[in-house]
Amino acid sequence: MTDFSRRGVLLGSAGIAAGLAGAKLLGGNPALAQDAALRYKPEEGASLRVLRWAPFVKGDEDQWIANTKKFTDLTGVQVRIDKESWEDIRPKAAVAANVGSGPDIVLVWFDDAHQYPDKLVDMTDLATYLAGKYGGWYPGLEGYAKQGDKFIALPLATIGNAVCYRESWVKAAGFSEFPKDTKGFLELCKALKASNHPAGFTLGHAVGDANNFCHWVMWSHGGQMVDENGKVVINSAETIAALNYAKELYPTFIAGTESWLDVNNNRAFLAGQVSMTANGVSLYYTAKKDPATAELAADIRSSNFPIGPVGKSVELCQTTSCMLFKHTKYPEAAKAYLQFMYERPQMSDWITSSSAYCCQALKSYADNPIWTADPIHAPYAKASETLRPNGYAGPLGQASAAAMADYIVVDMVAEAATGQRSPEDAAARAEQRAKRIYRS
Amino acid sequence: MAEAITGKTATETGGFRSWMARAGQDVNFLGAAFLLPAAVFLILFLSYPLLLGVWLSFTDARIGSDGQFIGVENYQSLWGDSVFWLSVFNTVLYTVVASIFKFALGLWLALILNENLPFKAMFRAIVLLPWVVPTVLSAIAFWWIYDSQFSIISWSLQQMGLIDQPINFLGDATNARASVIAANVWRGIPFVAISLLAGLQTIPPSLHEAATLDGATPWHRFRYVTLPMLTPIIAVVMTFSVLFTFTDFQLIYVLTRGGPVNATHLMATLSFQRGISGGQLGEGAAIAVAMIPFLLSAILFSYFGLQRRRWQQGGKD
Repeated sequence: MTDFSRRGVLLGSAGIAAGLAGAKLLGGNPALAQDAALRYKPEEGASLRVLRWAPFVKGDEDQWIANTKKFTDLTGVQVRIDKESWEDIRPKAAVAANVGSGPDIVLVWFDDAHQYPDKLVDMTDLATYLAGKYGGWYPGLEGYAKQGDKFIALPLATIGNAVCYRESWVKAAGFSEFPKDTKGFLELCKALKASNHPAGFTLGHAVGDANNFCHWVMWSHGGQMVDENGKVVINSAETIAALNYAKELYPTFIAGTESWLDVNNNRAFLAGQVSMTANGVSLYYTAKKDPATAELAADIRSSNFPIGPVGKSVELCQTTSCMLFKHTKYPEAAKAYLQFMYERPQMSDWITSSSAYCCQALKSYADNPIWTADPIHAPYAKASETLRPNGYAGPLGQASAAAMADYIVVDMVAEAATGQRSPEDAAARAEQRAKRIYRS
Repeated sequence: MAEAITGKTATETGGFRSWMARAGQDVNFLGAAFLLPAAVFLILFLSYPLLLGVWLSFTDARIGSDGQFIGVENYQSLWGDSVFWLSVFNTVLYTVVASIFKFALGLWLALILNENLPFKAMFRAIVLLPWVVPTVLSAIAFWWIYDSQFSIISWSLQQMGLIDQPINFLGDATNARASVIAANVWRGIPFVAISLLAGLQTIPPSLHEAATLDGATPWHRFRYVTLPMLTPIIAVVMTFSVLFTFTDFQLIYVLTRGGPVNATHLMATLSFQRGISGGQLGEGAAIAVAMIPFLLSAILFSYFGLQRRRWQQGGKD
């Protein structure tokens, strides 16, 4: 928890003029000068509570707090930032929505905003303003925050996902470059296994890593949960082809991946137990910051998941949005805060400090120098542009969220990969489970 | 005017005092007054949530919406849900196997600790440790112990040359079930052992002395003196133990999240997954309510079965 005391200039009712004066008093900070153009006037005596996920990259949180402090200095609005483990955000936000009390703003995951749209403040005006000023929202991310024509949240970022591998071991296995297609990827995995450097991709009940990998397996072969109308079509020839592929891939993995939760693949990779896994860029930075794994970090390379029969890159990626609850007493202050955080001085610094962990939601931030600062960042740079939303090709909503929470795709891929069920049976069972959720 | 008011107030105060004095002598009033705080507490924090949960299970409530009454639709849906039935199977298996082990090992430990051992107090304190450690912490320790790559057990066995590959503790369905049961047993033994130890110490030594004089063997003394005297305690302890085990959540949530492929999903974890993570409050509540008949059965079995005098005396119905 972080508390910001009211200090510095207090703009409050003095409005824009006082804001400019305050900016001058503080040395003409250009950020503050720009903030004077806040479209929303915080309510008298306003204070805010923000609930966000605990950071994976330290710089993300530090910069978020620094930006928040600037906002407090500028407006006098106190902002308390609470953080929770990323998996605990969903239940906390759900309880806040249900009881109508708690944090004003929550940084949520995936389609959380679609679970309780009636509890959220309409953000269309702010979203439209930001889109007009900063090149528009990436459509995939926008969908997570939009219901019809109405923004029920503000898209914040995509947590890019990429295959991280040990270059020396890949070369030793006879591959001069990372395969571009699923066929070559399978050959690489077999060669790595033969050289006693197996790959490891998560098949357990891991919200992030398992969903990323298993959705890629299904989508890359043309399978999908539902069609455009929300009709369950998961039990298809394409899905079964995907499951057969998973079945071939699985023996090349290190043992135990079906029990892996989100942290296991990181541990195995950093310990040199696996040659390849999929993760956010945090894996690379964890290795880089520890002198004991500096050599390993220098050997890490990254790539997007290879392209399957579907012919294009299809990855889920985690997405995060900012929701503002209707129970807030200070909606104007909250919108002012969010506007401030999305304006270029703050947002650019935040993206930079996040070290390629958070991919921008607004297109004009794509020129951030962080994306070219390290070759490892490259596959993460286009996460927002290329992501495919959860529950593709159906509408985002309560059903898509429930299907993901129930690990239907993950269980299907794990069942087929490990041989617990045949690909046909696994697809049929997934269909049965999905139909329960998509029945209405 | 002031005098009149004062006089009236004095009369009222006197009347109230007199009423209080009469009420203070009334056993029924006093009984109700003393019960009131407990009743309010029970209604607010136990009955109301329970009834609300039951009500939710008959609605299509989702996170953020109250939902409409839909009768038994949630239960009908669960009836045809293979994951739900798998969670029922897992929960029953988990509870039965873990409870048997906890009882057998707990009783064994209690009998040992009841003997005259050196450092007896220290041993008793040590036995309590698994119970004292917060479940989440012990679960995280087990998470490492069962890690598919870094397990201390696998490492030790590999060092001894007994196995070539690490044991897939949580990846294989059977291994995963056995592993989570073992962790639960480890955590639950102290409660059973210490409670039974307290029960053992209430058995008068004279009974054992008389039995010994009559030529009873140690087994006979245990079977016909200790066990009958201990049965009421066993009934209470095992009722609680079964309830704790049946409703376990933390161990599974930390170790497996119900995986692999739902092989360790208990009804409690599935209820949370569907109700909170999945947003389907009605269905989550229905799964939680479906636990009630099992829990009631366990309680009834223990209270009306294990406490039967004939059973206590070693007889049969």
